[in-house]
Amino acid sequence: MAGLATSFGSGAMTNSINEIPNTKVMFVIGSNATEAHPVIGTKMKQALAKGAKLIVVDPRRIDLAERSDVWLRLRPGTDIALINGIMNIIIANGWEDRAFIEARTEGYEKVKETVQKYTPEVVSQVTGVPVEQLVEAAKLYATAETAQIFYTLGITEHTCGTDNVMSLANLAMLTGNIGKESSGVNPMRGQNNVQGACDMGALPDVYPGYQKVANPEVQAKFEAAWGVPLDPNPGFMIPDMFEAAVSKDLRALYVLGEDPVITDADANHVRKGLKALDFLVVQEIFLSETAKLADVVLPGASYAEKTGTFSNTERRVQMVNQAIKPIGNAKTDGEIICELATRMGYPFEYQSSEEVMQEIAKLTPIFAGITHQRLGTQGLQWPVPHAEHPGTKFLHEGKFNRGLGQFVAIDNQLPAELPDEKYPFLLSTGRKLSHYNVFTQHSPSLENYSPEELAEINPTDAKRLKLKEGEVVQVSSRRGELKTKIIITERVPVGMVFMTLHYFDSPTNVLTNGAFDKVTKTYEYKVCGVQISKLS
Amino acid sequence: MEWLTITIDGREVSVPKGTTVLDACRMNNIPIPTLCHAPELTSAGACRLCVVQIEGMRNLPPSCVTQAAQGMKVETQNPKVRNARKTILELLVANHPLDCMTCQKMGDCSLAEYAYEYGVTGEIYQGEKRNLPIDSGNPFILRDPNKCIMCGKCIKACTEIQGKSILDFSHRGFNTQVGPAFNLPYHESDCDFCGSCVSVCPVGALVEKQMVGKGRPWEVSKVQTTCPFCGVGCNFDLNVKDGKVIGVTSNPDAPVNGKALCVKGRFGMDMIYSDNRVTTPLIRKDGVLVPADWDEALDLIATKLGEIKKTYGPNSIAALSSAHCTNEENYLMQKFMRAVIGTNNIDHCART
Repeated sequence: MAGLATSFGSGAMTNSINEIPNTKVMFVIGSNATEAHPVIGTKMKQALAKGAKLIVVDPRRIDLAERSDVWLRLRPGTDIALINGIMNIIIANGWEDRAFIEARTEGYEKVKETVQKYTPEVVSQVTGVPVEQLVEAAKLYATAETAQIFYTLGITEHTCGTDNVMSLANLAMLTGNIGKESSGVNPMRGQNNVQGACDMGALPDVYPGYQKVANPEVQAKFEAAWGVPLDPNPGFMIPDMFEAAVSKDLRALYVLGEDPVITDADANHVRKGLKALDFLVVQEIFLSETAKLADVVLPGASYAEKTGTFSNTERRVQMVNQAIKPIGNAKTDGEIICELATRMGYPFEYQSSEEVMQEIAKLTPIFAGITHQRLGTQGLQWPVPHAEHPGTKFLHEGKFNRGLGQFVAIDNQLPAELPDEKYPFLLSTGRKLSHYNVFTQHSPSLENYSPEELAEINPTDAKRLKLKEGEVVQVSSRRGELKTKIIITERVPVGMVFMTLHYFDSPTNVLTNGAFDKVTKTYEYKVCGVQISKLS
Repeated sequence: MEWLTITIDGREVSVPKGTTVLDACRMNNIPIPTLCHAPELTSAGACRLCVVQIEGMRNLPPSCVTQAAQGMKVETQNPKVRNARKTILELLVANHPLDCMTCQKMGDCSLAEYAYEYGVTGEIYQGEKRNLPIDSGNPFILRDPNKCIMCGKCIKACTEIQGKSILDFSHRGFNTQVGPAFNLPYHESDCDFCGSCVSVCPVGALVEKQMVGKGRPWEVSKVQTTCPFCGVGCNFDLNVKDGKVIGVTSNPDAPVNGKALCVKGRFGMDMIYSDNRVTTPLIRKDGVLVPADWDEALDLIATKLGEIKKTYGPNSIAALSSAHCTNEENYLMQKFMRAVIGTNNIDHCART
């Protein structure tokens, strides 16, 4: 988000999901769409059926790699080198869009200078991708009539995540593949309402609609609306919170619908932080691992039990409609927060979630024209600046949100922890189709269908370690260890293990590295060193 | 756009060039029965139930694959047309189980609907009936090949919506079947269990296993909502009976996904009733979480947070908001932290 905000002025998917079937070239990097965003994967397959070309950049032989025209099997953590290499080839062949660069962007010369040293030969050596494939990918992408980049956490969950994103923005601007239908840069958001949680200012430095807390005008607006003085200093990001808990700068934490013990990297460190708190409140629908540590657990309601809105990855705000009453003695999360605020002396007296949306619209320019009634059955894509506005299908047409697009010269960087003698395997993590984060293990049918972790390991490594399909092994890193079943497959290259984050019995994040991106403080879930040992 | 004028059952109508006769009829509220047609799939012209009479044409053409042409005169309900349709239905029913009473599709079955409308008895053509094994080896989809009418919509949905091409016809004539390669059960094939096949099946050959025996269409109310798994934002209908969610069905008007869903969205809704749900507030007493009432829990939190704020300042308190909760709830959470507690210590797990 921060990367695209720097380059374009807005950290969201630039295009719409239903533009995918008409795209001519798709450049999919660090995204296993058919499993992590299945219906987007479906749309990509529909584009292929219509003759679109597909470039996949991924160390794993994912489903889309099987269907691709070019599959760049790069070494994990070498994305910037690869993108710079592709830009080098584009410039060397004169495939760049000079008119677009001149009219719409700034900072190009520096990028041009930086990518000069990323010759195909050098890049091939760093990334492990053959030169011919780099050239083919560069030509396909740069010379396409319309081309879209798609990425997800394979790009952002690195210590250089923000730089990875800005590199992709550079590539799009270099070729003019942005700001028009079926051409753009599309980060696909992982969870149902990540986009919305960001949009609503559940971030330490912005109010709803990305209005900075440090901006005095914005502060004055919210002080007037809410009738209290507000703090202009940004607050803690998640990794800071656990540090601050250990150092006793943080005393209480209120966790709404998250399970950081399972989902945050270096889980043992997170657990230590939570245990150091004086007071922990967890509001959840399940008794999560984090809830088990709480002083008070409040039962929230599931999506079927409440009315409100989610913002999807293409900025579409859509209705969530209540179908049943909250289960047992549970209450909706909104109701609980309102009751708590009222008890603390600041009455939150909303009659409905619709009334909350009215307040959001009043204070948030990109949501100004949104009401529950207008959303109806089709939703609206923000920005929706006024009550008659039809919503925005794709961003940056004619002009970037920040004015000129910003090229940022970026050099390749190594992951914080690479395999070594003691921890010789590279562990990368992600999702699989049958599960969603740590949620769906609570679905009896999905649990029955896909009950356990199956860590992927290459046949060569399995043979060397004398491991059999389905065998339970121990995987350990500098931070923790766990047991998991394995599956022997060519999907992963030699030296790599892949695990998901879905299972309580094999909690992968005890292994992952707590190192994070310098800007967003997103953990490096995609690369760390582990050891695999036979149990018997 | 070029417009054509055609006459349907004596009524003159205008339709855009490129419209099929079927769509021309449906645009003008003239009912035509179809079994193999679905607006989101390419037309096969397989079931022939949509036949009409068109002046100047020798046979009865299927309207779904016949383009409207200027001046065309179409009849949709004359005895010749109706007889042809009735014969097709008689032939289908002749090799279809008549266990409608216990069929999950009862009340939502296109074959039953048309058989009723056309007075089909099932008595005209007597003969051998299929007796094939039912595929129930997976937790999601129940496949009864004996009820299949060979419309081919599931095959097209698997190919054109899902891009998987798991399903196809096999064998010939009476022995024709639809299924995965080698007639493997679904769970031994490469099926993703997206359920697109179920969403287009006009009869009871493919049904949601979780919903079997849970409710009849007329007892169920449908509530359109947004899926809680992943950021694509698919919409679907929660099927509710007696205050309980019994399943999920596609909503063809869903803006992002149409009828397409994935295994989680279509079948993961049983998570709502997981035994692991917390259904009452819990307070830690003597090291153990014990049930409490709402007043006690909320008062305790308000008091504790108040004390901590007073002693250590507002910045000693932080909150994690949730990418699973609604916009309105996230708004309230950040307002609570900023306006009530007085800190910007609010974040959530996915700010990449």
